[in-house]
Amino acid sequence: MLYSEKVMDHFQHPRNVGIIENADGVGEVGNAKCGDIMKMYLKIDNGVITDCKFNTFGCGSAIATSSMATEMIIGRKVEDALKLSNKAVVEALDGLPAHKIHCSVLAEEAVKAAVKDYYDRNGIEYDASQFPDCENCENCDI
Amino acid sequence: MRIYADNAATTKMSKAAVDAMLPYMESVYGNPSSLHSEGQRAAEALFGARSAVAKNLGCEANEITFTSGGSESDNQAILSAAALGAKKGKKHIISTKFEHHAVLHTLKKLEKNGFEVTLLDVHENGVVLPNELAEAIRDDTCLVTVMYANNEIGSVQPIAEIGKICRDKGVIFHTDAVQAAGHLHINVKEENIDMLSLSAHKFHGPKGVGALYCRRGIPLTSVIEGGAQERGKRAGTENIPAIMGMAAALDEAVKNIDGNAEKIIPMRLRLIEGLEKIPHSRLNGDREKRLPGNVNMCFEGIEGESLLLLLDAKGICASSGSACTSGSLDPSHVLLAIGLPHEIAHGSLRLTIDESITSEETDYIIESVREVVEYLRSISPVWHDLTEGKKQYVIQ
Repeated sequence: MLYSEKVMDHFQHPRNVGIIENADGVGEVGNAKCGDIMKMYLKIDNGVITDCKFNTFGCGSAIATSSMATEMIIGRKVEDALKLSNKAVVEALDGLPAHKIHCSVLAEEAVKAAVKDYYDRNGIEYDASQFPDCENCENCDI
Repeated sequence: MRIYADNAATTKMSKAAVDAMLPYMESVYGNPSSLHSEGQRAAEALFGARSAVAKNLGCEANEITFTSGGSESDNQAILSAAALGAKKGKKHIISTKFEHHAVLHTLKKLEKNGFEVTLLDVHENGVVLPNELAEAIRDDTCLVTVMYANNEIGSVQPIAEIGKICRDKGVIFHTDAVQAAGHLHINVKEENIDMLSLSAHKFHGPKGVGALYCRRGIPLTSVIEGGAQERGKRAGTENIPAIMGMAAALDEAVKNIDGNAEKIIPMRLRLIEGLEKIPHSRLNGDREKRLPGNVNMCFEGIEGESLLLLLDAKGICASSGSACTSGSLDPSHVLLAIGLPHEIAHGSLRLTIDESITSEETDYIIESVREVVEYLRSISPVWHDLTEGKKQYVIQ
């Protein structure tokens, strides 16, 4: 099989799918040209992520990594969510095929983009270098 | 329930093909190059298979070379014509943008060796215009290679017209007929085809075997060196069981071309009609000039791999031109060649049905695709942007 059972489970029964109205932070990464777009919504209370939902356009692993990432950050402090690495998402899913690793990178970046939006909205200062931007992605030539 | 709708990828072997192979594994196991009776029985069988394949293409038995399949046939045909051209100082080749990679990658290799390649446009419907081909032919053109029918979008090319143009201009014409053989009537003499590739597993024959027709008088270059099998043009002990299976499968497929088309085409139309009712969907490839069993659709706002995985969970085997199924990040070069933007090409679905399909199965496919597309759109940020008017639909 191409995917682990865990990937298939999260793909076929994704957790936390949807949209949060009045979210405290929203991040969208990827683009339709390279085949994956993830949009992540955060609800934050007292610096803690109390809810997270996602919408994804993409392959099975893109949906699975989005789903897993939401599970891994709900209940965590915002600073801790920023530490979520794509490797941790891959490990939690019992691995991904080599050419699908970029999906996990997108999941990590979607979380970060949503947190950045939260910081921007609330005038919280941050180190811009810890947030990814499209230009640093090597996954497509757009 | 499992519904196999990926016959362009490969087919289930027919009983005729399996039955034709078994004796050549169990009792007639001689090497056709051997002088003893066991070997000569195999040699006779080989001759019979060669004659059968030739008859089905409208050529002579000694114009058929058995190979390991479509890719090898394509490689050998192109490299042979290129070698012949190079001897005469002719190093220009014409092909199309949406050939199979067995052709495109071989051409890329030749480009590195000083050949110039012109790839013809295939237009929105996926069909080459003969007048554009005629205009592209130069004094130094040594080969025209145009596929008989496209493997992804099923569009059938004007092969007889292309053949006539090439014959009149004295240019070798090769066609990759891997998707067409056994499904469309082919006569290499009437259509002025100089070289033709076919692969057994696309018409209910075994995998790992194919044939290359090469018109008498055009010398083939060996791609595999060794013994003198296949008149010195393809070394290696012949795969007799597979060749026997291929001959039987081709005999049966060609005999039933019209009967099968009568069953398949109405199912194809039913599928297309049903799937086109899904909003913002489109059919890829020419509506009329297409392989009997090919349906290729794009659905805006979704990605192909997730569509395939969810269809598989519902028991449907299909295929996609999505990048995610190929291991690269670029979607199908075929869908890009017919002018689709990347984001639409990612959301494609190919269903390739055979004569065993029923109308109940067809309806189940339509219903399942509709459900899955609806679900994937419901979780797609692209779809939400489209419905909220933040983005413009590409497919109206």
